Amino acid sequence: MMRGFKAIFLAMVLPMGSAIAEEDVAPIGDAERGAELYKQCSGCHMVGPDARNRTGPPLNGIFDRKAGAIEGFFYSKGLKRAAADGLIWDLEHLDAYIENPKALVSGTRMSFRGVKEAQDRRDVLAYLRLFSDNPQNIPEAAPTAQAVEVALSPEVLAIVGDAEYGEYLSSECKTCHQRDGSDQGIPSITLWPEEDFVIAMHAYRKKIRPHPVMQMMAGRLSDEEIAALAAYFAKLE
Amino acid sequence: MKLNRRAFVGTGMAAASTLAAPNVHAASHGKPKVVVVGGGAGGATAARYVAKDSAGEIDVTLIEPSRSYYTCFFSNLYIGGFRDLASIEHSYGTLASEYGINVVHDWAVGVDRDAKTVSLAGGGAVPYDRLILSPGIDFVDGAVPGWDVTAQNAMPHAYKGGSQTELLKAQIAAMPEGGTYVMVAPPNPYRCPPGPYERISMVAHVLKATNPTAKIIIADPKEKFSKQALFEEGWQKHYGGMIERIGPDFGGGNVSVDPAAMTVDIDGEVVQADVVNVIPAQKAGLICDAAGLTEGNWAPVSGHTMQSRMDENIHILGDATNQGDMPKSGYSANSQAKVAAMAVRGALTGSRVFPAKFSNTCWSLIDTEDGVKVGATYEATDEKIAKVDGFVSQTGEDAALRKATYEESIGWYEGITSDMFG
Ligand SMILES: Cc1cc2nc3c(=O)[nH]c(=O)nc-3n(C[C@H](O)[C@H](O)[C@H](O)COP(=O)(O)OP(=O)(O)OC[C@H]3O[C@@H](n4cnc5c(N)ncnc54)[C@H](O)[C@@H]3O)c2cc1C
Repeated sequence: MMRGFKAIFLAMVLPMGSAIAEEDVAPIGDAERGAELYKQCSGCHMVGPDARNRTGPPLNGIFDRKAGAIEGFFYSKGLKRAAADGLIWDLEHLDAYIENPKALVSGTRMSFRGVKEAQDRRDVLAYLRLFSDNPQNIPEAAPTAQAVEVALSPEVLAIVGDAEYGEYLSSECKTCHQRDGSDQGIPSITLWPEEDFVIAMHAYRKKIRPHPVMQMMAGRLSDEEIAALAAYFAKLE
Repeated sequence: MKLNRRAFVGTGMAAASTLAAPNVHAASHGKPKVVVVGGGAGGATAARYVAKDSAGEIDVTLIEPSRSYYTCFFSNLYIGGFRDLASIEHSYGTLASEYGINVVHDWAVGVDRDAKTVSLAGGGAVPYDRLILSPGIDFVDGAVPGWDVTAQNAMPHAYKGGSQTELLKAQIAAMPEGGTYVMVAPPNPYRCPPGPYERISMVAHVLKATNPTAKIIIADPKEKFSKQALFEEGWQKHYGGMIERIGPDFGGGNVSVDPAAMTVDIDGEVVQADVVNVIPAQKAGLICDAAGLTEGNWAPVSGHTMQSRMDENIHILGDATNQGDMPKSGYSANSQAKVAAMAVRGALTGSRVFPAKFSNTCWSLIDTEDGVKVGATYEATDEKIAKVDGFVSQTGEDAALRKATYEESIGWYEGITSDMFG
């Protein structure tokens, strides 16, 4: 049944008489396998005809929806902030989110350890997109459909940061982020687990996390500098 | 002329330093001494970072005449009724009590660069191993014919914080129904590029509620201004028909004023006004010139360390400098202060020195919960501080994003003021 749907979908998006062979259009993933994998999500998120708010919001029409947009759902401050920053649930951001929710949205209430395998994520997303009203919007084969990995190589995660350098670099953070951990208007950066911090900064650098100031700040930090900052912040605790 | 001035200051100092001889000696013996002139965005930050990061290894003296620092940032929000005055007032108490900084409330009136001392208006001289100057701006004499500082009560600039801002707000409140507010905007470069236009937004916000038939005129010598598309969109949306900007093509750069008559002559057309906010052309705070550290109106510095190009024992920060691409803002001054503090500690205590990194973001409020921002990152090259990357808010953004941007600015204000004053 799933495969049937996919075939119909491909027929719709492909221009009539197109020379593109079917295998040139990479589907997101295997929706049938995704339906199985979705069981780890279904405890909190409903999807399908009668889906409504549970622990998490329903996922019908999730593709290309603005983050934080389900009426009546009580979103975390972090998610509301990301939404205001312009987070849209396109393929790339959904992929980043289910890989590691906290790396994309600090303070999210979605306490889920993430789906580490890229193929698994693609399959779950292929399943979810069956429930999006307007699947034509999803650039199935466009370059943007190539998921950007938030996953960092073990070498990058293993860099031992120079905490003294990190202290100097951190002075730049403190122009806006308050030392006492207040988070009015601007999120707090104290008491942040080192690895989450590193992943979040890389996600800004790759412009996966939305927010122009942070993308710009992180954009010019090297792997070593991100590690240095993390080492310094870790030392504070 | 500069040399004479310096020689003069130097002679004055010679006498003073005889009196203060023990102090002068202390500079070359005991702990290294850093003197900071100006307790604003640049100076307070620099003093705090040198004191904090040297953990007692360096003696820090901060010379600042005022006991309270009223930030210019958010002073427009005070004018617009979004902040009260107390919320933008800061004292130097924590810098003294928690960071051990010797806060001297006095004016620095001269620098003897050979003897390495700063003379004070109240008499005496303070010796330094490294001097950090962050005196902000002063106004160029004769920039707006008819205006000088003796006219600042009739026609306030409100471009230095505190009483001037209060005065301008009171004058706006006292405007007659349907009255006229004129701003004489400054030429580049000046402190806070979006500042005059945020001010116009806040004045319009107040008048729309209290005096909706009032008019606002801006006489502007500049073709373009910071965040122009965003401001113009916002003015159209919130204050349609209230604000008229006369650019240089229509004589906005050819302005004189008569403070006694409360008139502004814009390219031959005389406007009778109720409030005239004159923001004249600007230059480095006078102490820079007195110390012989300026070239033209500003003090040239190296971006690697913020050292004066004319004296390696002196670092200059913030609005007073000619450094390259950074706008003159509180955020910039704060960012430069951290680079200077690191360089000063490196020179005096041998602590590690890292490559300079700079950034800036300026938020502006157009109307209630309608905030916008512009920002950039910078790096030091041999000839200047050069822009690396930047962004600016877009026209047509939705209300949720504008509100979040405004809320972010409140967070930034709390962050930077605690970074300055502890
Ligand atoms: C209306 C307005 C709005 C603004 N909004 C923003 C904003 O939103 N964001 C932003 O980043 N910036 C903003 N700014 C700009 C910001 O205020 C300045 O860029 C910043 O204060 C510059 O810091 P500074 O250290 O160079 O000078 P200042 O902060 O002005 O500090 C200079 C200090 O030196 C002291 N001083 C001067 N001469 C002497 C002397 N001879 N001896 C001893 N002390 C002396 C003065 O008393 C003063 O306290 C705004 C400015 C204005 C006018």
